[in-house]
Amino acid sequence: MIHKFIFDDTRMVFDVHSGALHIVDELIWDLLEAYGALPEEELAQSLSGKYLEEDISEALEEIKELTDKNILFSPDPLGGAYKPPGESVVKALCLHLAHDCNLSCRYCFAGQGKFGGAPGLMTAEVGRKALEFLVNSSGERHHLEVDFFGGEPLLNFDVLRMLVDYGRSLGREKGKEIKFTVTTNAILLDGRIGDFLNKNDISVILSIDGRQGVHDAMRPFRDRKGSYDVVVKNIKSFLESRDYRDYYVRGTYTALNTDFSCDVEHLASLGFDNISLEPVVAGEKDHYSLRDSMFSQISSEYEKLTRSILKMTKEGRHINFFHFNIDFEGGPCLPKRMSGCGAGHQYLAVDPPGTLYPCHQFVGREEFVLGDVFTGVRRGDLTRLFRNSHLYRKEGCGQCWAKFHCSGGCHANAVIHNGSIEKPYSPGCLLAKKRLECAMYLAQWKNAPDKS
Amino acid sequence: MGKHIRTVNANQAILRSTLQGRGCGECQASCQSACKTSCTVGNQVCLKEKKQ
Repeated sequence: MIHKFIFDDTRMVFDVHSGALHIVDELIWDLLEAYGALPEEELAQSLSGKYLEEDISEALEEIKELTDKNILFSPDPLGGAYKPPGESVVKALCLHLAHDCNLSCRYCFAGQGKFGGAPGLMTAEVGRKALEFLVNSSGERHHLEVDFFGGEPLLNFDVLRMLVDYGRSLGREKGKEIKFTVTTNAILLDGRIGDFLNKNDISVILSIDGRQGVHDAMRPFRDRKGSYDVVVKNIKSFLESRDYRDYYVRGTYTALNTDFSCDVEHLASLGFDNISLEPVVAGEKDHYSLRDSMFSQISSEYEKLTRSILKMTKEGRHINFFHFNIDFEGGPCLPKRMSGCGAGHQYLAVDPPGTLYPCHQFVGREEFVLGDVFTGVRRGDLTRLFRNSHLYRKEGCGQCWAKFHCSGGCHANAVIHNGSIEKPYSPGCLLAKKRLECAMYLAQWKNAPDKS
Repeated sequence: MGKHIRTVNANQAILRSTLQGRGCGECQASCQSACKTSCTVGNQVCLKEKKQ
């Protein structure tokens, strides 16, 4: 299976099953239009008015050579079938330290931090039980992850600090290494908290949407005042204190800023290099939700962003945009690419009372309660469903050229929009494919002998 | 590199080879990194590969 596309006059051919990316000239492009469908002689004949015979023969040889090397028209290494491991181990938890927030973001999928329930903070006892559950459910896995999430997790900083200390001692005792991250809106990120995060090597995801008008429109305080000034001041001061390491600034774009390349440029202008900007998750009735009619414009915006990042790269500024940062020389193994994010079996979310959910996006949905941190997983049927919902079980994924990079997409988006984890959210597929094409264009430029 | 085709990642681009001795699961959970709203697996790092 191959995917051909053109980005700014560069013709690219992606060999799906090997992962090889080829830059081709117009002759190869034309040959590949009907290669395999027509006998070679007929194919050559069909292009004889446009190209020299010897050039056509030479190009056909090159195609054959790559085909023989299994990097063009390579067969599916799994033969279209996959059997996931029989047993689940949990390796990552999203701990909802606070179902409360000091901002009132209009697009918040967490319902202003409360996930449709009452506001509340996770107690130290629930947090400790969650860490014990993780360590005891992790089998032979050595590297474990805990993300402190919310609402706003820094509203519960004392418990966060205690859990990091407890997690370290538990890890030493059980031979595990727990990597902690915090996803925060940065409102409470002062010197004291920053020092703790730095001393404990905690990676941080800092929420900021981009330009002041865009950010303030969607991320106000509860009194409706914009939060941009406080957020920028705190993020800058914090990142200076850690020499700009181990962080992402992460924003959300909505129907109100489909010109989001300007927001990435703005974040870069503030001195941030590691940037992620994500499409909003919203119901169709929300005025800021992304509609099908916008996807052509959004695709063009990703292209614009690609050109902008390339321009900055040529000027010596290296922006790591999360969705364009794809390693075509290696990256994850096929089993990982088949299983995706691991939600529902390897990766679970815990709400403040200690209830277990398949991931943060499912929190508050009664039908997806898996169990709790005190008694463990009760819904083995659900964990099996998630574990078995690999790439080749998802509708349309087996035939998709982007399958080994998106791995079937977000389960939660599939459930929210289509009512089944095995029916991917198709607008999300369109965006994933566009971002992948942009990433390939940037990757080929880095590899090009002539970088003009 | 041929006259008509430049392969960007010729040496490493054999996904099939990652079926052997991999799948240890020591890598990061993809939603824990920076997205939280859109699963992207292709940009995750393999810890085994990184150590080599």
